[in-house]
Amino acid sequence: MSKDTSPSVHIMRSPLGRARGLGAAKSGAAHWWAERVTSVALLPLSLYFVVSVLILKGADHAAMAAYLGEPWNAVLFLLLIGTMFSHISMGLQVVIEDYVREEGKRLALLLVVKGGVWFLALAAAVSVLKLAFS
Amino acid sequence: MKDVREALMVGRNSEGKLVRRPLSPHLQVYKPQISSATSIFHRITGVALSAGTILLVAWLVAAASGDAAFSVVQAIFASWIGQLVLFGFTLALFYHFCNGIRHLSWDAGKGFELPDMHRSGRLVIGAAILLTVAFWAVAYIVG
Repeated sequence: MSKDTSPSVHIMRSPLGRARGLGAAKSGAAHWWAERVTSVALLPLSLYFVVSVLILKGADHAAMAAYLGEPWNAVLFLLLIGTMFSHISMGLQVVIEDYVREEGKRLALLLVVKGGVWFLALAAAVSVLKLAFS
Repeated sequence: MKDVREALMVGRNSEGKLVRRPLSPHLQVYKPQISSATSIFHRITGVALSAGTILLVAWLVAAASGDAAFSVVQAIFASWIGQLVLFGFTLALFYHFCNGIRHLSWDAGKGFELPDMHRSGRLVIGAAILLTVAFWAVAYIVG
């Protein structure tokens, strides 16, 4: 491709849209941006998780407790749990909003899923903390 | 009609009768393409991985509960059905991981040319399979 030297506008939004800033969602690009930020954080964290799973394959309780008793492992697991479940929460929200049309059903499903994700995230985090401090 | 948006999809046929106009796109008339397939699989694996975190939580909660609970969970994961589910989990994870990088490069404005997009799609599928095979090779041969 030849180098384009003509002047061009890279911004796809109208000046008024940019000034008002928030769009139809009333929260601007915050949700979209947070989804990308967590996804970037999850690249190294999920590789760490995969390696941890290989190390802990077939481990007995003592080995598992010793692994999560190491502060760095506990910290990385907590980071993984935090970023992973917020990424999941945002991702599932988008999927539900795309496919569930009816307002009441959509709201109910969003509440159930968000609540479930918080429950799982806390269960995982408390378990890691318990092993980290025992 | 329950939703005001449906009003936009009502028309009249040649006899003047009110009809519900068809919704576009008609998924069934499209030939499956690597672009649409990788896209929908990103969603499917995302939802599957979300459900799969229940396994991770069960693993951690069992470890925090004690020796007996943890042995039970480890035995379930080591059984053939457990290994099959975990195999599916790793394949979904590596696919979502690789295709996620592809999406991030699109977000940065790169790789939109059709040949590039088809090439990166094939690359993602290949890399996901390769990483899954490598993971299980390490798990069974080295571990």
